[in-house]
Amino acid sequence: MDTFLQQVVSGLATGGIYASLALALVMIYQATDVVNFAQGEMAMFSTYLAWSMLNHGVSYWVAFFATLVIAFLGGLLIHRIVIRPVQNAPVLTIVIVCIGLLTIFNSIAGWIYSYIIQPFPSPFAKAPIKLGRIVFGPHDLGAIGVTLIMLFLIWVFFRFTTLGLAMRAAAQNPASSRLCGIRVSWMLALGWGLAALVGAVAGMMVAPAIFLEPNMMGGILIYAFASATLGGFTSPVGAVIGGFLVGVFENLAGTYISFIGTSLKLTVALALIIVVLLVRPSGLLGRAVVHRV
Amino acid sequence: MPALLDAEGLEASYGSTTVLHGIAFAVETGGITTILGANGAGKTTTLRAVCGMVKTAGAVRFDGQSIQGKATEDIVRLGIAHVPEGRGTFMALTVEENLRLGAYTRRDAAGLAAEFERVYGYFPVLSERRRQVAGTLSGGEQQMLAVARALMSGPRLLLLDEPSLGLAPLVTREIFRIVRTINREAGVSVLLVEQNASIALDLADHAYLIETGRVVLSGPAGDLRKDENIRRAYLGY
Repeated sequence: MDTFLQQVVSGLATGGIYASLALALVMIYQATDVVNFAQGEMAMFSTYLAWSMLNHGVSYWVAFFATLVIAFLGGLLIHRIVIRPVQNAPVLTIVIVCIGLLTIFNSIAGWIYSYIIQPFPSPFAKAPIKLGRIVFGPHDLGAIGVTLIMLFLIWVFFRFTTLGLAMRAAAQNPASSRLCGIRVSWMLALGWGLAALVGAVAGMMVAPAIFLEPNMMGGILIYAFASATLGGFTSPVGAVIGGFLVGVFENLAGTYISFIGTSLKLTVALALIIVVLLVRPSGLLGRAVVHRV
Repeated sequence: MPALLDAEGLEASYGSTTVLHGIAFAVETGGITTILGANGAGKTTTLRAVCGMVKTAGAVRFDGQSIQGKATEDIVRLGIAHVPEGRGTFMALTVEENLRLGAYTRRDAAGLAAEFERVYGYFPVLSERRRQVAGTLSGGEQQMLAVARALMSGPRLLLLDEPSLGLAPLVTREIFRIVRTINREAGVSVLLVEQNASIALDLADHAYLIETGRVVLSGPAGDLRKDENIRRAYLGY
């Protein structure tokens, strides 16, 4: 029982990371109908920015928030410069642009920072917290906390502010939004900015656990895809729940199914994507999208 | 008095297909103008051309200022509200959120509260359903919501695209009654596009008839009502 709870807790911790990145994917998909394959590399690159600030003696939280601002502006610029010119192009064009971005960010990170893995500090206390016989890693708890706070703030933003409402409107019905005076293209750019910010949080929270290197987000992105698929690509709440579920599921499968262990964990995520697509393509909370033909 | 909106030699095209071949029309300040025509005559395109939603050439002036070639968002901010074909409802949002979006360009909190009061006064049913998701409203209620959303911006000119489409005659009459009230009480000028010529001519003071992208007849609404050809082709008696 203790092992079980232990695995659930650490599953929730990594699940929080998947949830953040899945949320970033879903935000962009909802706003612009683009599946952003570069989301993970954008997060990785943001984390490197934080890392170089920390190396220059900037205190952790200053570097953290400065990175969020830079990531936000970076996301905004990527939409304006790279995505907007192709937004009416066929979906394959946009996919290739995103994969191009992925490669570019990966190579630039390797070029600037090298491919040597680097430790990335955690802002949380080192001493493990014990509750009965279950040990909570303080970073795990902190990461879950940061993720939940961020998700809450995002929810408040979209639910209660006029700008959040305008962004939802622009995603749903661009033509009608323009008639309300909403600058739709800027709303979409804002969506990219916010998604990049959410991704940066995920990067900085996962880096202490898996170390920093240009390829660090490759596996995480697949888990995030599994989370978004499971929860539903059309539902931000679903993506978050999906993230936590995938984190726990992956951990439990690794622990209790002997042949999976740690080496086949990623395969579990891929298998999950396939099963969800076969059984319930819209995901747990997503709605089926019907197109008139 | 110069017209609030006037167009001259207005052309509009979708890709290489030209739909409007240089039409001219005007809406007087405080007036109601209607554009009549059959399906495919270019009525909807005319409204879309005014709002910069389609590629245009020629002249469109609002309040003496040229708006031809401007972005839709900027045209709307000048005080033109467009109730589009298909109503443009934000289906997944609540009635109140739809109305808040209509008021997106307003920055005065006090004026906004008063605007909600006023609009709910015109459409009490929307007030009852303010927390309801707009996609669950009936067709008539959605049309009311579309007009209400347009009013939230405090426009000087209201563009209405076939408000009667798909509605029961009683509901249509109700909506037209409210449009007349808005025109009289708030001094909002109206450009109405309709297939239902009878009800449109009752409301309007000035009318144009377009056929395949050209104005073929224009004049005071009363004169068009008496016109032999209009009576036979569009009023059906």
